[in-house]
Amino acid sequence: MNKENINSLYPPQLKHLLGIEKLSINDIDYIIEKSTDWFEKNKIQANKYDLLRGKVQINLFFEPSTRTQSSFELAGKRLGADVINMSLKQSSVSKGETLVDTAVTLNAMKPDLLIVRHFSAGASELLSQKVDCAVINAGDGSHEHPTQAILDALTILRHKKSIEGLKVAICGDILHSRVARSNIILLSMLGANINIVAPETLLPRYIKSYKVKIFKNMKDGIKDADVVMMLRLQNERMISSYIPSAREYFRFYGLDEEKLSFAKKDAIVMHPGPMNRGVEIDTSVADNVQSVIKDQVEMGVACRMAILEILSKR
Amino acid sequence: MTKAILLHNATLIDPKNETEFSGSVLIKNGVIADILKNKANLKIPNCEVIDCQNYILSPGLVDMWVFAGEPGFEHIETIEGISNAAIKSGITSIASRPDTNPIIDEIELVEYIKRKSLEKSKVKFYPIAALTKKHLGENMTEIGSLIAAGAVGFSDAYKEIKNTKVLKNAFTYASNYDAQIIQQPISDLDKGGVMNESEMSMRLGLPGMINIAETIALERELRIAEHTETKYHAMCISTKESLNAIKYYKNRTETITSGVSINNLILNENDIGAYRTFFKLRPPLRSEEDRSFLIENLQSENIDVITSSHDPQGTESKRLPFEEASFGATGIETLLSASLSLYHGGHISLPKLMKKLTYNPSRILKLEDTGSMEIGKKADLILFDKDAPWILKADKLISKCKNTTFEDQKLQGKVLMTVIEGNIVYKSNI
Repeated sequence: MNKENINSLYPPQLKHLLGIEKLSINDIDYIIEKSTDWFEKNKIQANKYDLLRGKVQINLFFEPSTRTQSSFELAGKRLGADVINMSLKQSSVSKGETLVDTAVTLNAMKPDLLIVRHFSAGASELLSQKVDCAVINAGDGSHEHPTQAILDALTILRHKKSIEGLKVAICGDILHSRVARSNIILLSMLGANINIVAPETLLPRYIKSYKVKIFKNMKDGIKDADVVMMLRLQNERMISSYIPSAREYFRFYGLDEEKLSFAKKDAIVMHPGPMNRGVEIDTSVADNVQSVIKDQVEMGVACRMAILEILSKR
Repeated sequence: MTKAILLHNATLIDPKNETEFSGSVLIKNGVIADILKNKANLKIPNCEVIDCQNYILSPGLVDMWVFAGEPGFEHIETIEGISNAAIKSGITSIASRPDTNPIIDEIELVEYIKRKSLEKSKVKFYPIAALTKKHLGENMTEIGSLIAAGAVGFSDAYKEIKNTKVLKNAFTYASNYDAQIIQQPISDLDKGGVMNESEMSMRLGLPGMINIAETIALERELRIAEHTETKYHAMCISTKESLNAIKYYKNRTETITSGVSINNLILNENDIGAYRTFFKLRPPLRSEEDRSFLIENLQSENIDVITSSHDPQGTESKRLPFEEASFGATGIETLLSASLSLYHGGHISLPKLMKKLTYNPSRILKLEDTGSMEIGKKADLILFDKDAPWILKADKLISKCKNTTFEDQKLQGKVLMTVIEGNIVYKSNI
């Protein structure tokens, strides 16, 4: 932890964390510094703190999630918050209660922090307009997943000195991926050169408006990469046929030892999870020494502690 | 017999001939009995004289694509509600969409709308009937009998007729009765889409509606319409490519016409901003390039009609995440003022603008006695101040649903008087 560094930054004046697109470079640097701080503290001893004592944190998850939800829960509890988990999935929608109704109900409980995952883009934005507390987007449709991008940046920084100038290959279902959008924006801001690798059907038509290079071929896209970031193939989001089969997908776009050999020798392999082994990533790669997938989980708790702390002070 | 009315000292619009002149209109027995150019000093016995103070006197607006709620959606809109909003907004004739519940695919349902509108509405209602039964795209409706019952057009509204043979046969059969097809080009290529596909939709993470989807659907139907010599009106087109397709087919056949929603002329996709669901529309708001191309072509005959595309939605269906919210916006009360902004912006002359709002839609729907400033036509007239400024406040709208795309907008143009068949149905302080 570089104390001088964080002292030169000013705390972000954030009301909510809805997306990376709304953050300034100062906000990002500050969050990264704070997260690193928490990571170091957690590493020594997983203490409980009382920074959020008396604060109420509600995890409102309309989509099933294991790691993000438990990560936010752990982060909140470590900071001393009272954490309530609500998994509503799609069933509450069919009962007729709208997102706004839910928001109004929850708001009456006077929470301080509302963590929201929803299957529709913009859902956290909508909630933030209807509640008085801080809203943290834990993934909204195909829009953004800001805390995932921040923890990914932190993970990269654990293994590489700086993100500036790194070659990062983001591979897979870009079209439906909120993780890809948040990462593209964040890593571009931090100076990475981003390669996008995907079949044309899984690319947004206007992808070139981001500062990225597009590759249809894995080997070309991964070549000399410092970071290979694999995305989950979002089967549940496929409205019509985007790929012919998992088998063909794995053959051309799945990360195996052979394809990975085109990256730099010290390249790290990342995946936001949950993985489809044998679809977008080969088991041997997922578990090999270059894989930092477990680090990502560890970083997740630290970065969420930092974000909860920052937003609780708004 | 009603008393004669002389609308004196007005600026008259003759949309058919695209002219504008000072004069007076004499109304007798519900029809335009005389049109007097310049300031003729008339002495007509037993006649109410109204000094129009040089305000604009035009045929009333004919709005071709209106969701009137009945039957089945009375909680959203009613025929009476439309009428109350329309008379204050300069609209004297309405063609109502068939995608109600039930869908207007039977003689009795056309008669129901006619009867209900005679009871409840001061403005004239002309039902558009379904082209295929229950909008399933399988069996055509009884087009001949539905025309006899009062249907002015045939449409499957926002449902695509996927079976090309059914489409072709329906068009062919329609041409047998000289029926007017009114279609919104829809393609399943847009399935799941909620806004124009663009850089913006990508950044918002919203599923896009690709502009070629509209054009593909349109070109398919235009091709069949040409082949079957069917009267075909493309209801609301929204892209450059669609308009180019219209241009191409208009050159080849005289039975093709097209319309544009006022929303697509005034707004673009950027108005969606941070997921503002009031701007979730069908067709979607497009890029500025598309919008400006439509504007450039307003002068031409390629765009025949401007419609409100009145599609009110309940609050509950708009207070949702963008993807889940319903499509549509209320539009009756802003059609005239929003259209006048095209005139004020120098994009089109006033008579030409009014032609697309009055004469052209009435000609397409074969409403022979309304929509023009001619002796012998029904006196369906409006008097308005084209310059009067106002700011739209949603809570001041008469319509039950307040989901307007023009909230807080500065608009110009206020209706001072509405006359339907010689009766003054609305009059403010002139």
